Amino acid sequence: MRQIDRTAPLLSVENVSKRFGGTQASSLLSLDLYPGEVLALAGDNGAGKSTLIKMISGVHQPDSGEIRYKGETISHRSPHQVRDLGIETIYQDLALADNLDVGINIFLGRERMKRVFGIPVLDRKYMREESVNALKHLGIELNDLAMPVRYLSGGQRQAIAISRAVYWKAKVLIMDEPTAALGVPEQREVKDLIKRLQGEGVAIIFISHNLNDIFEVSDRIFVLERGRKAGERLIGDTTEDEVVAMMMGRVLDD
Amino acid sequence: MATQSEAPVKPAIPLRLKILKLLTTAWSWLFLLFIMAFFEAWSWSVYERTFFGNLYNVQSVLLTATQILMMALGLTFIIISAGIDLSIGFIAGLAAVTMAVVIRALPDLHPALSFSLGITAGIGIALIPGMINGWLIARLKVPSFIGTLGMFGVTRGFAFLIAGGATVSIRNSVARDFGNGKLFDVIPIPVAVAAVITLVFHYLLAHTRFGLYTYAMGGNIQSAIRAGVNTTRITFSIFMLSAFTAGMAGIFYTGRFSAGAADAGEPILLNAVAAVFIGGASLTGGSGTIAGTVIGSLIIAIIQFGLVFIGMPPFWQFITVGLVIIIAVLIDQSRDRLSRSTMGAS
Ligand SMILES: Nc1ncnc2c1ncn2[C@@H]1O[C@H](COP(=O)(O)OP(=O)(O)O)[C@@H](O)[C@H]1O
Ligand SMILES: [Mg+2]
Repeated sequence: MRQIDRTAPLLSVENVSKRFGGTQASSLLSLDLYPGEVLALAGDNGAGKSTLIKMISGVHQPDSGEIRYKGETISHRSPHQVRDLGIETIYQDLALADNLDVGINIFLGRERMKRVFGIPVLDRKYMREESVNALKHLGIELNDLAMPVRYLSGGQRQAIAISRAVYWKAKVLIMDEPTAALGVPEQREVKDLIKRLQGEGVAIIFISHNLNDIFEVSDRIFVLERGRKAGERLIGDTTEDEVVAMMMGRVLDD
Repeated sequence: MATQSEAPVKPAIPLRLKILKLLTTAWSWLFLLFIMAFFEAWSWSVYERTFFGNLYNVQSVLLTATQILMMALGLTFIIISAGIDLSIGFIAGLAAVTMAVVIRALPDLHPALSFSLGITAGIGIALIPGMINGWLIARLKVPSFIGTLGMFGVTRGFAFLIAGGATVSIRNSVARDFGNGKLFDVIPIPVAVAAVITLVFHYLLAHTRFGLYTYAMGGNIQSAIRAGVNTTRITFSIFMLSAFTAGMAGIFYTGRFSAGAADAGEPILLNAVAAVFIGGASLTGGSGTIAGTVIGSLIIAIIQFGLVFIGMPPFWQFITVGLVIIIAVLIDQSRDRLSRSTMGAS
């Protein structure tokens, strides 16, 4: 088990609550995330996992409580501002522009321009070359870079979303069920990617249903049950049985 | 062999698939060449003279293509963004009659001045329905088919109201020269003007952020929004562009015939839609190019002019263009399947 420096959290969520109509999606949740740490969020369907990460990424505003990044409060920023701070979120549906190529997908919203006879034009060649490097960095090589990403496999698309985050120097990477839509070999690739990023000091929050995946890649697990924290364990200090019990609401921490 | 074992395996693409893919990508160019060859051969075998070697024929084909292309340029952006603009059919007519009415109302001005004022008024009024389209679709989130169908009716009504009937004739030497004159005695002026506008539109679509965001929106609007694209602004802008090119089509009409007609653009609307799809756009959005739309416009113009030239009843145009649209859609679908198989993905 690797040692993680737990002196100063990179991201901290403090007593955050969120209500949707009659549903208390989050109640008084607190968690810390340290540099280079992989934190798994576990819980049954509807436990509030997606809601929690959407509050971190700025999609939802918490009703109460605070979220801080490097000591600074970020609770009321837009998704765009949060992303510019280095907190990148990869959603379940991957969020790629399917009809565009890899280079554009990595640069979309932050395109590189050049001038031809004084006229500004998109520098597609630069963006494509940079994306080749970014993908190579993650150990991925593609057949045809001019091809719309729609024609790539689920694992390759996931890798593109991840390399976009890495290329733009994300410090915190949040993934909502990154392996859910993938076949077994591709799940393997994504898990390898997570470990590689962790080695580079990126802090990762990842949501998963799959306890095997969680035990394989994470350092710590945070279990939610109907919006509440059901428990939090270092991965070496718990077992699958205990996690399942927490997900069912049977073991409750204070 | 051993030295290569480190490199990730790239699946080899069978040659047969590569050729098929090239054919489906370049089919509209090939089809254009095919119908050119067809009419050329027909001309030689029946009339024993050239078709495309005749300057008049080429000029006529290009003028017909220009009418279609002007309506189709802005539409290309809209179809790429996964929308449609039906209102252009009567935006063109609105611009045409407004220009004519303004020129008619100023008989004592220098013809160049009244012509300029007429163009300004025509384009200016065309941009109003463009703005309303943009507001309905970008702000109020009305589906573009419904929103622009509504504006199709509204602009139609206003075009006939402004015309006070169907057509407004003018006598203006500058307008006549604009619609019928030839640059260096060879290139019809509308063709030259359309070529410049086409280049600008190609630049916008292929080389700017604005164009890229138009594609991104058509591919996956959620991902575009997450990437920070202001989709409201893009949507508004492309409906303005579409109204602008439709307005230009109306201006060309009034120049060419020395009369503005309320229904100047209506018969061209479906041909413009067809040109965009023949040019490689897909109904679901996300693809299409200006070059493709130019090819599509040329194909339809050649079919129209060519069928008349070989003495077929004009109704055959509709049948032929209809069949070409169906072919375009079938090829679009097989292109998609082929791309999947060449990528080795499911
Ligand atoms: N935007 C929303 N509007 C209303 N209810 C919501 C919304 N998002 C989530 N919820 C509700 O909040 C609860 C937690 O949902 P979610 O965070 O998506 O759970 P999980 O990701 O763990 O499956 C569920 O009961 C869900 O129906
Ligand atoms: Mg969820």
